[in-house]
Amino acid sequence: MKFIELIGRYIIRFTGELGNVLILLWYTVKQTLVPPYEIKSVLKQIIEIGIKSLPVVLITAVFTGMVMALQTYTGFKRFNAESMVGFAVALSITRELGPVLTGIIVAGRAGAAMAAELGTMRVTEQIDALETLATSPVKYLIVPRFIAGLAALPALAVVTDIVGIMGGYTVTVGFFGASSATYWKKTWDFIELEDIYFGLVKAGFFGACIALISCYKGFYSEGGAEGVGKATTGAVVISSMTILISDYFLSAWMFR
Amino acid sequence: MIKIVDLYKSFGQKYVLRGVNLNIERGESMVVIGGSGSGKSVLMKHIIGLVKPDRGNVMVDGRDISRIDEKGLYETRKKFGMLFQGAALFDSMKVWENVSFVLMRERKISSEEARKIAIQKLKMVGLDGVQDLMPSELSGGMKKRVGLARAIAHEPEILLYDEPTTGLDPIMADAINDLIIQMNKRLSVTSVTITHDMHSAYKIADRIAMLYSGKIIETGAPDEVKNTENPVVRQFITGSAVGPITGAPMLMQ
Ligand SMILES: Nc1ncnc2c1ncn2[C@@H]1O[C@H](COP(=O)(O)OP(=O)(O)OP(=O)(O)O)[C@@H](O)[C@H]1O
Ligand SMILES: [Mg+2]
Repeated sequence: MKFIELIGRYIIRFTGELGNVLILLWYTVKQTLVPPYEIKSVLKQIIEIGIKSLPVVLITAVFTGMVMALQTYTGFKRFNAESMVGFAVALSITRELGPVLTGIIVAGRAGAAMAAELGTMRVTEQIDALETLATSPVKYLIVPRFIAGLAALPALAVVTDIVGIMGGYTVTVGFFGASSATYWKKTWDFIELEDIYFGLVKAGFFGACIALISCYKGFYSEGGAEGVGKATTGAVVISSMTILISDYFLSAWMFR
Repeated sequence: MIKIVDLYKSFGQKYVLRGVNLNIERGESMVVIGGSGSGKSVLMKHIIGLVKPDRGNVMVDGRDISRIDEKGLYETRKKFGMLFQGAALFDSMKVWENVSFVLMRERKISSEEARKIAIQKLKMVGLDGVQDLMPSELSGGMKKRVGLARAIAHEPEILLYDEPTTGLDPIMADAINDLIIQMNKRLSVTSVTITHDMHSAYKIADRIAMLYSGKIIETGAPDEVKNTENPVVRQFITGSAVGPITGAPMLMQ
């Protein structure tokens, strides 16, 4: 009985928070459209979210591509399909691993930073101070992060796609000694623009989710340093879960 | 100019304001005194619409600040400047950027010009040569004064000071008192000041109001408050540990 009660309570809390996040989304979109546009802040956030995540994203992408190639090559060899390794790597990276891994990394890096920064501003009354200076904190703090998340993630996913495929190529051709021409030919023959395009749309969706959830957690944190810590953890966990769960449904819908 | 009518506010089970009534006239310097945790800061946050009341109204220039739409709220807030008890400086910005925040955002002036104005406002609060520091490099009293400079930078009509002289040495505290008086006399600002410092209260106040158990229990000119009959107010302004507020002597083992 206790267990069911607990689940019930979770569902109620989840629905409530989801509602609040959607309200914040509505505010954010509304504030995005009214001038003045925070172009400088947006650029700053793109650097924070996009450029500064680049090293980690690059390393993750190249090794993911490599291990994908390693596993598919040895696996496909069992039924003499080695020639399809390039395509298998490209397909999984553009459709799934690119957007999802990038999303998880950015959630851990930039999402945590956003929640911590906004949380600290909340508990030290800096957000209240913005209000007294007749500045909407949603517009000043959340809009730039939201736009940057929406823009930076697809860009990072493009990088992941390219670098991941290169990684796969290096292992297949360099390590297993497969034909370079076949690798590219099979990749180009079977991959469709749609695979890449839908992957990037997913990345953009994840970026928006990370920014919105992390900002929400930070913005409404309370209770000093401990509260900020909780907000930060919450931001990373909920963003990651949202990415993984929504990924399934988005994929099921897009790649019918 | 500011009219607080029957204001109630509680946080969970904690009843902080229980029917506050207070009128603040245009150009007046109102000082609010009261014990620690009595709700002075909460009251001040109601005046600028940072906290929504459970019941009651706060009228600023005839508009109910807790019930106007967002656009109206931000319009009204442009009339205000507020110094927070904890200064609440933006720690990602330099001191001068903090001070000229509104100027740069709203008035579309060049950053050189904004910087000049910021330096001038910092001089008014007795700070020189700190404009390029980050808030984390300042002492507590310096932060307070930067917060004060930020509050007055856009020349608001209404100023709210939450403990402007706490954490300052006596000489600097008196200079800040003078600055507050000047703002009222020369620029005909309306101001609300929270303070524990009775010396400063007597000096800057046109009227003093005391907040106690969620209500304003006394208002009057400094002389009237000094000679009050009310035993609660008496105990507070004389700073005695024995009296109706504490019941029995405190700190008695
Ligand atoms: N956001 C909040 N959530 C919960 N309780 C709050 C909140 N803000 C204030 N309180 C409570 O309201 C009461 C009054 O707080 P307030 O900060 O107004 O006191 P104060 O009179 O300014 O005290 P001090 O002189 O020490 O600054 C306190 O008991 C405080 O715990
Ligand atoms: Mg206070």
